[in-house]
Amino acid sequence: MASDEFIQHLWEMGPTFTEATPHSKKLGIKFVAVDKGRATMSLPYNADLIGDPDTRVLHGGAVTTLLDQACGLAAIAGFDEPSACATLNLSIDYMRAAKPGETIIAQAHCYKATKHVAFLRAVAHDGDERDPIATAQATFMATGPRNMQKTDKGEGA
Amino acid sequence: MISSAKIEQALKRIPYAQTLGVKPIVIGEEFTLVMPYIDSNIGNPVLPALHGGAISGLMEISAIAQLLISTNGKGLPKPIGINVDYLRKGNAKDTYARAVIFKQGSRVANVRVRSWQEDYDKPIAVMHGHYLTAKAE
Repeated sequence: MASDEFIQHLWEMGPTFTEATPHSKKLGIKFVAVDKGRATMSLPYNADLIGDPDTRVLHGGAVTTLLDQACGLAAIAGFDEPSACATLNLSIDYMRAAKPGETIIAQAHCYKATKHVAFLRAVAHDGDERDPIATAQATFMATGPRNMQKTDKGEGA
Repeated sequence: MISSAKIEQALKRIPYAQTLGVKPIVIGEEFTLVMPYIDSNIGNPVLPALHGGAISGLMEISAIAQLLISTNGKGLPKPIGINVDYLRKGNAKDTYARAVIFKQGSRVANVRVRSWQEDYDKPIAVMHGHYLTAKAE
């Protein structure tokens, strides 16, 4: 279902998925773009996320969360049917410290999606994709459409 | 001897640890990090479930704090890589993490972390990571 309708649906839900998620909102993660199997998000520099008070470099955990969130949207965008998803595994290599003051961009690509599992790669950088801060490899599981409904009071998962 | 006050002091200097709201619990030689439930750590409000990034963040801080204890606070360890398996949904409850250093080399340390909620034997996530540390004595 790589239809225009699906892409349009992704653009409609992308900003909410990103910015209405309490933890992403707390960190200040922003939606940038989405396409079939692809998602881009950004994390503007935020002093509340500093991991090293001496260098003012952001904590690795903040970069992890940004990559996880971007991979999550790319996974949703990668499945053929609209579905919520959950992270199964997330593997991250930290190449260098994020530069204090710079916005971090995360680009995620779902390079394969089966009926239930999405396989993704992602990169976090601060302007130059060829000079990454971190790269990620992730697998996500489709958990069904019902967990996406805002009114659902069910147990889910 | 691990001092709870010392770890708390180190964590207070890390804004990200304050954002997640983590606190140390020290019993004898064993150190556990707790992330008391707060709404801002939610990743899926429908279920509800904690954000995988918050759980990972808790485990990353736990690993770093454990390494700080073992290196006697000589410089913050830098992450080289982490691998996180998410095993269960993180409920809207207090979450705990405990790290074990499997190997402390002269520059690189290998750390494993378990994260759980009500039942230690039902971990919600596990992580292994390697970190660049201050030179071991």
